Amino acid sequence: MKYTLKVFRGTPGKQYWEEFDLPYTDGDNIISALQEIALNPVNNKGEKVAPVVYESGCLEEVCGSCSMLINGRPRQACTALIKKLIDESGSTTITLAPFTKYPLVRDLIIDRSSMFENLKKVRAWVDLDQGIDRGPGPKIFPKLQQIRYALSTCMSCGCCVEGCPQVNDRSKFMGPAAISQARLFNLHPVGKEDKETRNHVLMGEEGIGGCGNAQNCVRVCPKEIPLTDSIAAAGRDTTIQAVKDLFGQEG
Amino acid sequence: MNRPKKRPHVIVVGGGLAGLSAAFRLVEKGMEVTIVSVTNCKRSHSVCAQGGINAAVNIMGEDDSPLIHAYDTIKGGDFLANQPPVVEMCYAAPSIIYLLDRMGCPFNRTTEGNLDFRRFGGTLYNRTAFCGASTGQQLLYALDEQVRRFEAEGHVKKMEHHEFLRLILDEEGKTRGIVYLDLFNLSLGTLKADAVVIATGGPGLIFKKSTNSTFCTGAANGRLYLQGMWYANGEFIQIHPTAIPGKDKLRLMSESARGEGGRIWVPGDSSKRIKAPSGEEIPCGVTGEPWYFLEELYPAFGNLVPRDIAAREVLKVCELGLGVDGKMQVYLDLSHLPKEKLDKLKAILEIYEKFTGEDPKKVPMRIFPAVHYSMGGGWVDWPAADDPDRATRFRQMTNLPGCFNIGESDYQYHGANRLGANSLLSCIFSGLVAGNDVPKYLETVHPLKEAEEKKVFSHHLEIEEKKKRDLFAQEGSENVYALHNELSDWMVDNVTVKRSNEKLEKTYNKILELLDRMDRVSLADKGQFANQSFIFANQFRPMLHLALVMTRGALLRNEFRGAHFKEGYPERDDVNFLKTTIASYDPATGEPVITYQAVDTRHFDPELRDYSKAKKVKPTIKNLPPKMELPL
Repeated sequence: MKYTLKVFRGTPGKQYWEEFDLPYTDGDNIISALQEIALNPVNNKGEKVAPVVYESGCLEEVCGSCSMLINGRPRQACTALIKKLIDESGSTTITLAPFTKYPLVRDLIIDRSSMFENLKKVRAWVDLDQGIDRGPGPKIFPKLQQIRYALSTCMSCGCCVEGCPQVNDRSKFMGPAAISQARLFNLHPVGKEDKETRNHVLMGEEGIGGCGNAQNCVRVCPKEIPLTDSIAAAGRDTTIQAVKDLFGQEG
Repeated sequence: MNRPKKRPHVIVVGGGLAGLSAAFRLVEKGMEVTIVSVTNCKRSHSVCAQGGINAAVNIMGEDDSPLIHAYDTIKGGDFLANQPPVVEMCYAAPSIIYLLDRMGCPFNRTTEGNLDFRRFGGTLYNRTAFCGASTGQQLLYALDEQVRRFEAEGHVKKMEHHEFLRLILDEEGKTRGIVYLDLFNLSLGTLKADAVVIATGGPGLIFKKSTNSTFCTGAANGRLYLQGMWYANGEFIQIHPTAIPGKDKLRLMSESARGEGGRIWVPGDSSKRIKAPSGEEIPCGVTGEPWYFLEELYPAFGNLVPRDIAAREVLKVCELGLGVDGKMQVYLDLSHLPKEKLDKLKAILEIYEKFTGEDPKKVPMRIFPAVHYSMGGGWVDWPAADDPDRATRFRQMTNLPGCFNIGESDYQYHGANRLGANSLLSCIFSGLVAGNDVPKYLETVHPLKEAEEKKVFSHHLEIEEKKKRDLFAQEGSENVYALHNELSDWMVDNVTVKRSNEKLEKTYNKILELLDRMDRVSLADKGQFANQSFIFANQFRPMLHLALVMTRGALLRNEFRGAHFKEGYPERDDVNFLKTTIASYDPATGEPVITYQAVDTRHFDPELRDYSKAKKVKPTIKNLPPKMELPL
């Protein structure tokens, strides 16, 4: 069997579609297909071209590097199996395109620095005194650990941001990932001391006011993180915070 | 008026667990840190560590102790590791776990809310703390968060998507900075610092398909070796017994799958026979029934024998024709485990299902060994706490003054074979240690005169500029990715589980041939922006040099020790080879020169590594320093 990778590539302002015909072998995924192109970078017109550039890392969906639009859907390239894509779409042509909500670097590489800047804004950390031996941290029961672990598997891949219709040129909405990280630290016995600061960030113009409840984020999250639950929790927290702010109560 | 003292600047190359630990401690010690990393720190290869991190906290009521942890680690490494750093690491381990716990790392918990521990290979104790089956990811995130806090405070600058190309050494050979490559716009630049900490991980990509991430090329260590850094124990490459075969990568199936009760088997065949560790020939199970060969061959440790042993037995069984469906694969069976155990392994079971379409909760997984970890790496110094010259030497510093090396890219903690769940520990430990010793080193360095500084910086920059120009100008019929495939085929076949001098010799010559053919590589991409063909071709030459180091080290080591097994040499040879291999680059020949250093065995006498008896030993330790110098 043969199949075609149709790649939206190029640099900012100079993007174009290019197609590559490839032979299918068992177990092929988008990464092995792109590796195949690098070995023999010839497009379907027989022209020798530059290999397609893309980010990759762990290739087992824990690092978040290889995010791209595959048949229009934001996801990781490593877990995108060619056979499954063909079966699902009924077509032997698979389209690849870079994310659109981040600055384009080249081909499938985009600059996701904003993901990490947002983590600073929501203070996504525990405010540790000092890195010395103080014995174990606070006791945490399995139920809470399980929720925190689920939230903490967020690999800043950017799929939720790409999928969110509210993240666009007209809005400053930071997107679901950072809001969910705020919740991760609000749930920690020490981290929650910073909750008020986080609430105020989430009440601002980049915060949860931007969410339109489209729920695309949970549908595209490769780690099935309960992002809408996090946004709902942020909604409750910020409402309470607004009331507290109004009456000038402590924390 | 007193001016505030300027905070010294330190460069950390690599933003994985080791690099972030070093950065964290360096900032605490009053330094300004720049992290130079080929990827976003949060995407570093540490995320791939699944099963856990060892610390003999002994809250499982087993009478475990850091002393037993140290003994297990040294024995697991077949007595090749220098013992003082291993002992200190194991004693520091409990406080390292507690530190990460305080950072908010979501470790699994007991019903009472305490840290939970599981069992891992090469030990009889439950001493592995874990976060589901993505412990490395969670530990990395915890440190990434702390370093981000320092970044927000202005003490850390991250240069992500930048690659280390070269150390800037002054005329005395002291570190003064680095030359880097911007991976987006391909511009070269220099950065000043009198100390550079290398934390660039392993060299798995030399074997192409391994459990490593795509940026684990080993190029940074290769480049440093070409600049004179000693590379130690390069021939010791760990093969993980259980990985999911794949076209682009061999994905790890964590040892924790066996730690939670997973069993390895193949369909038995009583007509065939295999040699047991006792030397006796035994039948390969019973025809028509599952044969749990590790459990039968190693009744004490069973499926949790050290990785080198498990990998060799899996290969042996497959070579006897017992592999599942006649292929090079065996079953790793979890289908009998209760739901709560399977829940703890969710992350890896999902990965298996995503890539194979089969549900490992219902059917046994098909797995095969894969290149996983390099015990070898940059040689680093380790003055022990009670060594008389402790104050004038620096821990984790390479032979290049001011250049430190930590994490998987150093050689120091795992000897001839690493025990599972010790790598995350050695990353954090060595990072903290470097964070303590770098400031001490900086106190001994005087600033360079401006004229000399200008001269050395432009000299080193020009070397890399020229390399870049040459690579772009090169014409020829070779494709660098095709050369990579050739290299990896030779390395996987001849420099992994089973070695022979004849094949190692041929492989060595093949690598020399590949180095020659590198001159005829023409880049398929001549662009000056995010050009990955150039970036990889620029890494490939130092990778080839490291491949020479590994192969030569293996060729000269005529014994069987840990991960290094060679036909014709079935025994460990302490008389001739209880020694660290040191490779240094000879610019005259372009090849490695191998010398040896005695192993520091001051704490435990070498003994035969035996995993067939179920006995919890109470080891005794000699010469323990009255006051250890733990980083926490």
